[in-house]
Amino acid sequence: MTRQLCLAAAMSVTLATPALTETAPTDVAYTEGKIETSLTATPGDPANGITVMTTAALGNCVACHTIAALPDVQFPGDIAPPLDGVADRWSEAELRGIVANAKMTFEGSFMPAFYKTEGFIRPGGGYTGKAPAGDLPPILTGQQIEDVVAYLLTLKE
Amino acid sequence: LALAGAVAADPVEDTLVVEAEEGTVDLVTTAPAPEFLKDTVDTIYSGWHYREDETRDLQRDDFDNPGMVFVDRGLDLWNATIGTDGQSCAGCHEGPESMAGLRATTPRVDAKTGALMTVENYVDACVTDRMGLEAWGWTGSQMKDMLALISMQSRGMPVNVAIDGAAASFWEKGKELYYTRFGQLEMSCASCHEDNQGRYIRADHLSQGQVNGFPVYRLKDAGILSAQQRFVGCVRDTRAETFKPNSDEFKALELYVASRGNGLSVEGVSVRH
Ligand code: HEC
Ligand code: HEC
Ligand code: HEC
Repeated sequence: MTRQLCLAAAMSVTLATPALTETAPTDVAYTEGKIETSLTATPGDPANGITVMTTAALGNCVACHTIAALPDVQFPGDIAPPLDGVADRWSEAELRGIVANAKMTFEGSFMPAFYKTEGFIRPGGGYTGKAPAGDLPPILTGQQIEDVVAYLLTLKE
Repeated sequence: LALAGAVAADPVEDTLVVEAEEGTVDLVTTAPAPEFLKDTVDTIYSGWHYREDETRDLQRDDFDNPGMVFVDRGLDLWNATIGTDGQSCAGCHEGPESMAGLRATTPRVDAKTGALMTVENYVDACVTDRMGLEAWGWTGSQMKDMLALISMQSRGMPVNVAIDGAAASFWEKGKELYYTRFGQLEMSCASCHEDNQGRYIRADHLSQGQVNGFPVYRLKDAGILSAQQRFVGCVRDTRAETFKPNSDEFKALELYVASRGNGLSVEGVSVRH
């Protein structure tokens, strides 16, 4: 009993800590689409970046993009440019900006903004079709954005 | 969109001739775009062209089309004396063929009331006002069986909904909704069905999102799906709060989307995956 309580307390601390050091979506500064500084204090984890990018409930980047380095992804979409070699085309700050809110780089882009919480028309709570229960969270957390950027930086031709 | 080099997987070239009890029925599944769309697309395609071979084949023969079971159920319901005074649809309307042409021209503005009416709205009016029954749920099984039966009476007729006159204001509203980028994903109907038709969004081959095939038998649900039910699913997929079937918004949207298919055949009950 006491042990479980301690564990729960410890977990809530570890869960809360990154959130405190994350730049909130509404506080992110874009310069010409770029985000210069990391959204978190923790460096991105490219392996987790892959998970985020290929999981439908998370980034689901492969709904639109192909990635030759990930041949196991089944049925990637062909809506958007292949992500191969993106690290040659874009800097880290540019990639962070594109993943957080691609519309800052590509005006009117079809690519969703993954780190944005305001300015939507009839936003829903995830895929429930209903209005969100409380404040609308961004689709990805700041850390997940950093993880994705870390993986994208490995995509060199 | 900057998509240099991305070759869209085009709609399959194919023609749809259905083996039916009454003979063969030729369906127009490809047609020149209606006038108002000319600057946007040249050709309109039924969603049938975007489906796999096996799914397309199911629609070539009424024996294979799983949607026909619902048409048969609709016919039983049509003839049943279900009204509080023993009325039946058949008692007032004779055979279901009296409904020929209705599916091709709805949603439409009712001349007497000025209200925008779908097939479901007409059925509902008779069920409640003329038969004294509780309204059938808009997406309930009786409504969908009846919708299937009534739509079949227009199979092969060109979709021809009016967009001018009394319909104009509803049509404009529907058009505005079609181009509104809803939800946390900020996507409009046009984002998927106009800008990206022919491409794959994950495993889904995007069609033009036409409603001439509705109601559809959806293999995934093993049941009948009406156009506005499909809209619910598409809007939900943008991480949005959806509108409800029979809302003013979805009725106007159904009119607008139907008009984008003016010239394609009503398919009666189509088959989609
Ligand atoms: C619904 C479609 C869609 C999804 C989902 C999507 N993107 Fe994109 N992305 C696009 C489009 C379209 C472009 C091209 C830019 C434009 O024209 O708007 C693009 C461009 C990019 C670019 C620039 C590519 C280049 O070579 O110039 C990067 C990097 C990128 N996306 C990363 C991602 C990542 C990472 C995710 C997931 C977290 C993601 N995208 C999810 C549609 C999408
Ligand atoms: C995120 C992408 C997306 C958006 C946005 C979207 N749809 Fe769809 N829609 C799909 C997919 C995927 C399918 C299934 C494959 C197909 O037929 O295109 C589909 C199917 C349809 C169909 C069935 C077509 C047929 O012949 O079976 C209709 C009708 C339709 N959509 C209408 C709409 C309308 C109206 C809107 C806007 C309210 C909309 N869609 C928004 C992705 C989308
Ligand atoms: C008591 C008579 C009566 C019964 C029973 C009845 N209807 Fe009707 N129905 C009418 C009348 C009257 C109209 C209106 C005709 C008009 O306004 O021109 C109508 C109109 C309709 C319309 C619109 C047709 C059109 O072309 O405008 C549909 C669809 C319809 N009925 C379906 C049904 C169905 C389905 C049932 C049974 C579930 C049913 N009706 C039962 C009398 C009846």
